[in-house]
Amino acid sequence: MKEAGGWLWRLSLANLLFLYGPIAVLIFFSFNASRLSATWQGWSLQWYRTLWANQALLAAAANSLWVATVSTLLALMLGVCLAVGLEGLSGRRQRQIEQAMLIPLVIPEVMMGVSLLLFFVLMQVPLSLTTVILGHALFNVPVVMIIVRARLRKLDPRLLEVAADLGASYWDALRHVTIPLLRPAILGAGLMAFTISLDDFIVTFFTAGPGATTLPLKVYSMIKSGMSPEINALSALFVISSMGLIGLSLLLQRR
Amino acid sequence: MKIPSPAGWAESSGRTVSWWLLGPGLLWMGLLFFVPLCLVVVISFAGRGTYGGIVWSFSLTNYLDLLHPLYARILGQSILMAAGTTLLCLIMGFPLAYYIARAAPGRQRIWLLLVMIPFWTNFLVRTYAWMFILRTEGLLNTLLLKLGLIAAPIELLYSNTAVVIGLVYGYLPFMVLPLYVALERMDRTLVEAAWDLYATRWAVFWRIILPLTRPGVIAGCLLVFIPSLGAFLTPDLLGGARSMMIGNLIQHEFLVARDWPLGAAISCVLMLCVVGMMSWSLRTAKPLSQREHES
Repeated sequence: MKEAGGWLWRLSLANLLFLYGPIAVLIFFSFNASRLSATWQGWSLQWYRTLWANQALLAAAANSLWVATVSTLLALMLGVCLAVGLEGLSGRRQRQIEQAMLIPLVIPEVMMGVSLLLFFVLMQVPLSLTTVILGHALFNVPVVMIIVRARLRKLDPRLLEVAADLGASYWDALRHVTIPLLRPAILGAGLMAFTISLDDFIVTFFTAGPGATTLPLKVYSMIKSGMSPEINALSALFVISSMGLIGLSLLLQRR
Repeated sequence: MKIPSPAGWAESSGRTVSWWLLGPGLLWMGLLFFVPLCLVVVISFAGRGTYGGIVWSFSLTNYLDLLHPLYARILGQSILMAAGTTLLCLIMGFPLAYYIARAAPGRQRIWLLLVMIPFWTNFLVRTYAWMFILRTEGLLNTLLLKLGLIAAPIELLYSNTAVVIGLVYGYLPFMVLPLYVALERMDRTLVEAAWDLYATRWAVFWRIILPLTRPGVIAGCLLVFIPSLGAFLTPDLLGGARSMMIGNLIQHEFLVARDWPLGAAISCVLMLCVVGMMSWSLRTAKPLSQREHES
């Protein structure tokens, strides 16, 4: 298929253009001086400045950071324990649990949001930032588990044998051999979970109580109440921060 | 890293520690994921109180209500739009995945990363980007007007087309990755053999490449179809009142109409669709050789 190389390459490039064009356009117009956001009238940073002056937005950003931090720590604790614990099970059990853990990742997010909402209301847990944190920790546990398990599989099994021969108990071996070796993966998983939490809209939308506004919820209400170049500026910040965090996470996972 | 059992610890000590480690996570997922899902199923059979509460009774009313043309239309439309999205992703993603799978290893990594990066940017932002482009005073209309291609702005946003564009944009990476994995594993000598036997380009594609990469195609289709079917944000922002999808209907019943049992019933239908699709694909996604063994 040598002669087909040219058009394949062109089609692939068109795909990339499709994937990157809209984001690039969005970021480009965040520097637009005009309020009418689709006509270019010169460079300006004014929309970033108005963002910085928007108190409600800053409060939402603080909420988002708090939710992401706490939910990531929770997800890390539970996810790492799950990943390490799975190693000690028989193959069949392991597969069963692993497959069950994949379900939250494949079902539509709306269903997760709705079922959590229903659960909290029936259990009479008032909706607040706490319920948002619980929701985020829920979808991030499988993410952490998968990343850490991928790393566990690459570790040398002889290391644990050595620890056993030297008289370490299983628990000691986990603490002093396995966990330190997993550190880059754990960090990478944490960054990934943090980013997903920062970005999440749907689960947050269903589980947030009044006043518990995160940044994506704020962006959503801004979009709903009309277009403005400020949203472009905010979007640009979102894109840059997610890409930075994910880039760092991937780098850590590869080590 | 498997636990070394004979030379190392007694089998039981590793087992006990493992279950202690698994306990909290399993409990957590059970309580916050599986219990709420079961609750949704239970409530879908309950009745609705006068003020929007739940009346604990057993009936199929909610499911029968879904047969109403209004709901049935939204359900059918969602399936059509998700299917359209999947097909478009397949058509667009296949050449890209094929190109990546044939590139040099170093290049492959760069291209895969390039495909993944948009996926890691906020979904809300990516959807907003299309609003920015498609709306009446948006970029596309402004450009077309300036170029003199149209006399008056055309209504692009708030339509089924806009929703499908948004969905394709959002889920294309989900299609490319499994396709790439399948194409990368494909035995290329078979393709070469087909060329040597003077197969046409179409024959090579339909009779060699496609059957060989079938598991990847099915996985990709599933990964695109399921989130498209349950999409909420894309139809909410890019679709008009007539482009409602199942996700919006669920949200509407839960948060606006406050008819929770009906909302739960719609969620159950969505869940059934997802589970059905998954079990069907798990059966058909096996490579051809494995299926012949079974029959």
